Parts: sequence; structure tokens; C-alpha cells
Amino acid sequence: MLKINNLHASVEDKSILKGINLEVKPGEVHAIMGPNGSGKSTLASVIAGKEDYEVEDGDIFLEGENINELAAEERAHKGVFLSFQYPVEIPGVSVTNFMKTAINESRKAKGLEDMPANEMLKLIREKSELLEIDRKFLSRSLNEGFSGGEKKRNEIFQMAMLEPKLAILDETDSGLDIDALRIVANGVNKLKNKDNAVVVITHYQRLLDYIVPDYVHVLLNGRIVKSGTKELAHELEEKGYDWIKEEVGA
Amino acid sequence: MSLKEKLVSSFMAFEDHVDVDTKIHDIRTEAIKLFEDKGFPTKKDEAWKYTSLNSILKHDYSVFPKQENAIEYSDIKQYFIHDIDTYKIVFIDGKYSSHLSQTTHEGLDVCLMSAALTKPKYQLVIENYFNKVAEKDGLSSLNTAFSQEGAFIHVPKNKVVNKPIQIVHFSTGNESALMLQPRNLIVVDENSHVQIIERHQSLTDNPVLTNSVTEIFANKRAIVDYYKIQNDNLNASLIDNTFVEQKQESFASVHTFSFGGKLTRNNLNYYQNGERIDSTLKGVTIIGEKQHVDHNTLVHHIEPNCESHQDYKGIFDDNATGVFNGKVVVEKEAQKTNAFQSNNNILVSDKATINTKPQLEIFADDVKCSHGCTIGQLDESALFYLKSRGIPEKEARGLLMFAFSNNVLSSVKIPELKQRITKLIALKLGVNIGFDL
Repeated sequence: MLKINNLHASVEDKSILKGINLEVKPGEVHAIMGPNGSGKSTLASVIAGKEDYEVEDGDIFLEGENINELAAEERAHKGVFLSFQYPVEIPGVSVTNFMKTAINESRKAKGLEDMPANEMLKLIREKSELLEIDRKFLSRSLNEGFSGGEKKRNEIFQMAMLEPKLAILDETDSGLDIDALRIVANGVNKLKNKDNAVVVITHYQRLLDYIVPDYVHVLLNGRIVKSGTKELAHELEEKGYDWIKEEVGA
Repeated sequence: MSLKEKLVSSFMAFEDHVDVDTKIHDIRTEAIKLFEDKGFPTKKDEAWKYTSLNSILKHDYSVFPKQENAIEYSDIKQYFIHDIDTYKIVFIDGKYSSHLSQTTHEGLDVCLMSAALTKPKYQLVIENYFNKVAEKDGLSSLNTAFSQEGAFIHVPKNKVVNKPIQIVHFSTGNESALMLQPRNLIVVDENSHVQIIERHQSLTDNPVLTNSVTEIFANKRAIVDYYKIQNDNLNASLIDNTFVEQKQESFASVHTFSFGGKLTRNNLNYYQNGERIDSTLKGVTIIGEKQHVDHNTLVHHIEPNCESHQDYKGIFDDNATGVFNGKVVVEKEAQKTNAFQSNNNILVSDKATINTKPQLEIFADDVKCSHGCTIGQLDESALFYLKSRGIPEKEARGLLMFAFSNNVLSSVKIPELKQRITKLIALKLGVNIGFDL
């Protein structure tokens, strides 16, 4: 599904990713953990195609295709989805209109006709129920005045609508109370199948109790310094990151 | 012969057609003298620093169109808000078109300025209101001198007008170049409500210059909503002079939607003569090519406890130029004034220009006045957000600009008009992306 080789990336001449290697197979859930400033969000943004970041070296493959040179929207059309840590507020565009536009643009890119209105409505109803989203919420301006929890739930609602092959969840647990966390995780788990993959980026082990990872990676200073199974996440929760820093001599 | 000379000498010919033995004619005669004295404004005038009329004054305009040109409703239906019932006052090349209009004298007067200026039953209203709030500058005086035709609306007290009134001016290209001087007078008495939509539309590529004056009087507790649709073709220019006088507890809003035209200048002046008045001035400007739109506003707070709200948004592409000059004056007596002004602009092209200048003159000490102007590009993080959902660059930009400008529409009270403006904005921005319009 996703293969990253020796990825180096910088922003404004500041080197952030310093040789990332990662392979995610269909059906897998990977967690990327690490302290603040280790490069987690940068990695997510670079995979999604944010142009502020300069890829200096290395390659990103999606289903065997090199996507280094593709624009963000082209990556989205190929099935990459990023759930934002800080979803942007867009006054004047309703959640529904935004989703319709996104879905129909993706269909257009694949040479398909617009989705018929009744089908769209059905899909919206189905997916909003999955995320326990009120219908009124869908006619509000995108993310404007949403609480932290509403924003994150809305991100996963978008994921449900777009049905990506590779979903990257960037700090989706931050700002969530326990109920919202359960709803969001439940949504992700229901969307999960043997043909897609999820990369969960998080500080804390809490979310991983709900979305159980197959692999856990520790990102430190722009490199993946340790990989393991879900037990590694528990260990990190208990002991923090210092022991790894010592172990790898960082 | 310059246009000014031509106009001054035309005044004598104009006098042949009207009754010169009236008070109105005294006002006209005085006005032509003022115009002769002041002439057209130039860039040396502070208020015209960024707008030059040179390119539009060079044409040899016909001042009095000779023949009437009939047009069929089906050909021009698109320029009306046609899906709801409205009163209509329609002019073709400056002349009233009775077959396209729907006027009334039942319970209120929606009729012609020419009738109001000559018939005795309107004499009192005309004496009380005509040319009472209009500026005495060159352009308004020019209009006053030739004032003869336009819309006259008088809503007596305690009357909620049940449908909007549309004032539409067409020019047909009968003349190789045409200058129009429409004159509107709107008087809304105590407790009455009215909604008015105004539009100027040229139907050919021949140059048209409209120098319009509208006087609006909102008496005690009146509610007046005025909407201007400026979406004319690229050879048509408009100088719109609108003056609003409000009495206590009245509400008056003017929304100006500027998408078309070669050169558009909006002089919009509000005078608050009473307490607890609310004045709202809003505008959306979306232009490209070499279009020019200038908003020049004045809100004069004269008495205490009043509010004013100004919100103008502009999107400028290609070589378009925009001007926003918003002046707020708060007199010493006008304590507890709340005056808000905001002007936000997006420059889409490197060659587009906006000059924005807030001017606050505050003489009272217990007031809340705020102003903010921004000039910028689109928010890059918002753009990435949309793109990451599969919306391509061009559509994402269009969507963000649409959202930026569409926000002003929340205060439009006629749903069909709001829908129409939304469509015009989407069309103008090339946004065609699955909206429920």
C-alpha cells in the first residue's frame, strides 16, 4: 500500500525528516508515536502532498506508484486521506456542499459522472449515522465554530464519505473527550478492511486502546528509531521517551 | 467641444421641453450653474485620487435619445428577478416603458419622477424632499440640472409594501454613445417598510455613461432595504450617487453587488438625523480585465445612540482596480455611537490593484468605532485542506473566493435575490462545483 524509502524533507531550509523508511501493507494499522517536534505531523503532511515541504531525497510509493511529484488533490484521487490535527475553518461552505464537491471532483478525475443526488443523500445519511452526527450539523459552515470534538468527528465523517485506501490520522485523539474518542475510533474500525490501511499518529497510547495497531513506530528527531508491536505503545506510555533516546544515543 | 461644454449648451435645448416657470426649474437652473462652475471631478480632487473619468468622458454622448426603442420582455427577462411578483419601473434609453412596467397608486405611489415633478398632487412631497439630501458637487448637480425621469416611490405611513420594487434601466444602443441621468426619489414614511432592487443594463457594446442620483428618506421607524446589481457589460460605466437621510429609529441598508461595467463609482452618503438609527452598507465586488470599481462611502453620525455597519469585500483579477474610501464622521453630540467598518480584499493577479482608505473623524468621546481593512491572497492552509480532499487547485481557489464573498449575502432579505446573487458570484468566479444554488 504505502512504501517510504529514505525520505528527507525540510521546510524553509530546516531539515525535519532525516531518512524515514516505512512500509504499510493492505489491512494493516500502523501507529507512529513520538515526542513534540519529532516530525510526526510533517510526515503526515508530506505524504498528503503539502507543498510547503521540500522533499530533498527519497521516495513515496502508493500501491507501487511513485507519488512524489503528485499534487495533493491527485494523491487524494488515488486514495490518500489526511485527517488534520487542526481542521481549517471555512465560513460560507457547508459540510454537505463541501463533501459533494470533494466526491464529485474525485469522480471527475476518474472519468465518472457526478454522483446522483439521491445516492449522495443516502451516503451522507448512512455515514453521518456511523459518526453519530446530527443532520443540522451538516448544513453548518465547515468547521466554523465547531468544538474540538466536532471537528475531529467531522474529519472521520469525511474519511467515511471518501473511503480512502490509505488514511493518515494526525493526532485525531487530541481534544476529544472519552465519548467522542469512542465514536471516532468506532467509525475508523468500521471503515477498516483488508484492502485499506490506517496510519495513526499520536502522542498517547489512549487512542490505541480503541484502534489497535499491528505495528508501532517511534519517531525521534526525524527518524524512525524503534519499531515494535502494540506492547511498545504501552511501554512508552509507562516510561516516556527518554529511555529510547538513551538507547539510540539521541 | 468637450462633454462639459456640450452638456451646458444642451441645457437650453432641455429647457424647451420642460415647464420653466416652476420651482423645480429654479433648482435645475441653479444646478447647471454649479456644474458649469465645478465641472467633472479630476484626480486632483482628494475623493477622486484613484478614479479618473477621462477614458469615459471622451465619447460624444447623445444627451437626449431621439427615438424610443421597443424591446420584448422575453429578451430581457433574465435581468429581472422574475420568479417573484414585484412592482417594476422600467426605462429604455432613459424613457419610461409602460409595457414592461408595473406601477401602482394603490396605497402607495410607485411611479415616474416626471409625473411627480409636474403633477400638483405630488407638489408637497417634492417640495419637502426633492434635492434636499443630494450633494451639491459637480456630478450630482449635473444630474439635478437634467432631472426629469426616474423612479418616484412614496410609501405613506404604517405601510409594509408587500412585494419588492425593481427599478431597471436598459440602453439599447440606438445611439452610438449614450449618456443617461436618471433621478430617483424614495420617501418612506413612519413605520413603513420597502425593498427596492436597482439595475442598469446595456444591451449592446455601444458606450453608455449613467450618472444617476437617488435620494432616499427613511422617516421615523421606517425600514428601507436597497439592493444594487451592477453587472453591466464592459462598455458601460456608472456613476451612482446615492444619498440616504434617516430619522429616528429607522433602519436603512444598501447592498451593492459590483461584477460588471467598465468603470463604476459608487458615492453612498448616509446622514443620521435622529437617535437609535441603524445604517448598513455592504458590498461585494468581483472584477477582472481592466474593470474599475470605486466605493466612496460616508456615514455622518449626528445624534446619539446610533449604529452603522459597513462590510465591503472585493476580489480583483487581471488588471482590475478597486478603490474603497470609507469615511465615518461622529459629531460631538453623537455619543454612544457604534460605527463598524470593514473592507477585505483578495488580489488574484499580480497586476490587480486595490486602494483602500478608512477615514474616521470622531468628535465625541464615548463611542465605539472600529475599522479594519485587509489585502491579501487566499489562505494557503485552507487551500491545502480542500486539495487534500480531492478538490483541484482551480476549484479550491474558486470555492474559497466564493465563501469569502458569499458571507456578505447573509443580510439580503429577499431569498430569490440572494439566490440570484449567489449564482452571479459562482458564475463570475467560474465555480461550478455541485452547489445547491
